[in-house]
Amino acid sequence: MSGFLSSSLARKYAMALSAFFLIFFLLMHVTINLLSVCSENAFNVASHFMGTNPLIQFAMQPILIIGVVFHFVMGFVLELKNKKAQGVKYFKDNGAANSTWMSRNMIYSGLAILAFIVLHFIDFWIPELKYKYVDVLPEDPNRYFHELQHKFENPLRVGAYIIAFVFLALHLLHGFQSAFQSMGLNNKYTKGFEKGAKAYAIVIPLLFIFIALFHHFNH
Amino acid sequence: MNLTLKIWRQKGPNDKGQMVDYKVTDISEHMSFLEMMDVLNEQLVAKDEEPVAFDHDCREGICGMCSMYINGEAHGPDRGITTCQLHMRMFKDGETITIEPFRANAFPVIKDLVVDRMAFERIQQAGGFISVNTSGNTQDANAIPISKHAADDAMDAATCIGCGACVATCKNSSAMLFVSAKVSQYALLPQGQVEATDRVLNMVKQMDEEGFGNCTNTGACEVECPKGISLENIARMNREYLAASLKG
Repeated sequence: MSGFLSSSLARKYAMALSAFFLIFFLLMHVTINLLSVCSENAFNVASHFMGTNPLIQFAMQPILIIGVVFHFVMGFVLELKNKKAQGVKYFKDNGAANSTWMSRNMIYSGLAILAFIVLHFIDFWIPELKYKYVDVLPEDPNRYFHELQHKFENPLRVGAYIIAFVFLALHLLHGFQSAFQSMGLNNKYTKGFEKGAKAYAIVIPLLFIFIALFHHFNH
Repeated sequence: MNLTLKIWRQKGPNDKGQMVDYKVTDISEHMSFLEMMDVLNEQLVAKDEEPVAFDHDCREGICGMCSMYINGEAHGPDRGITTCQLHMRMFKDGETITIEPFRANAFPVIKDLVVDRMAFERIQQAGGFISVNTSGNTQDANAIPISKHAADDAMDAATCIGCGACVATCKNSSAMLFVSAKVSQYALLPQGQVEATDRVLNMVKQMDEEGFGNCTNTGACEVECPKGISLENIARMNREYLAASLKG
């Protein structure tokens, strides 16, 4: 088993499985955010549930953080190992002739997403922790929608979010279908997975951008 | 055609090496790329200079010996060909062509454009075979029923000539396409099932020990492969390896 865990293929499986987990989380996140466009009350109810349910707070949230950290750390480890395997660089290398920009630059789109997650934590997660565990303010089930609207008043923040979601789309365009390939799901019966993964990679970031713009222009 | 060639020159494994410019004139567009290299070498020999060392053998795309990185692509700008099948009509008169050896830590340069690809041989030795008892009672392979689909896929995988273009073109210097083709050609056939578990575990272990990088599914290997080996083989190897690891 130790041979398996240290193998290059085990690293591929680990990256793919953590990617599937994060992709599922994104779907859940965008679904709840979309509620804010449809109904203030529905968004508050969902956010209140997510923010106070012990199972979400003390089981799912730590798992999510571990998943995010693992995916990033493993991504950097793989990048360093691959750089080491390359040896001398080519004098002329025409990568665009045989692969997409997204596939060759996952580390950079990943770094942009990492920067966004830091911003997102500063914007939402840290104030939430402060509200609950530092200031120990009484829980107000109706505060979430107005907090969200307030965040998207600043056009600079909205711009930063839009840029980050473009990088997210680029990362997913290669990453999602690549995760299927890593898990061995690429044969004549699975061609639909690739199309579905590409659709997801475009639609989900577009929805996040729409939500940010919606609240910017409707506060 | 008159051309400027920028060629990697390296006296030996421990030499630092550098790009050197050469001019070649009156090159016919009907020449193969290696014939053009022969013309250059004749010029160099006539001037009492060291000719450019490069690998070649059959010169008809079968042996997998030729291995040049031309204008930033393994085997040059054409598709589904080896360097020996590349023709000068793919280039323009007056063009500057860069020619480099296949690059990867696992493929160290021996001299100029010649690299050591013995790592592939060691991976093959680790499991790329079927043990057959040649006692005189060996069953005729044609007597074993095999579906057309499996036979076709196994044959497609078996067309890999082990040239190393997949490694050379991969930004991670990964050998997954080569190894997966060798795993697949046996995994798809009933004769390969007996040793399937050991084969995939041992070949992947050897691949990792040789220092190849990790595949990130860019697909560049599939595009540059002279034999069109499909990424589906890598997916098959990923399934085989997972199943073999669970089986132990």
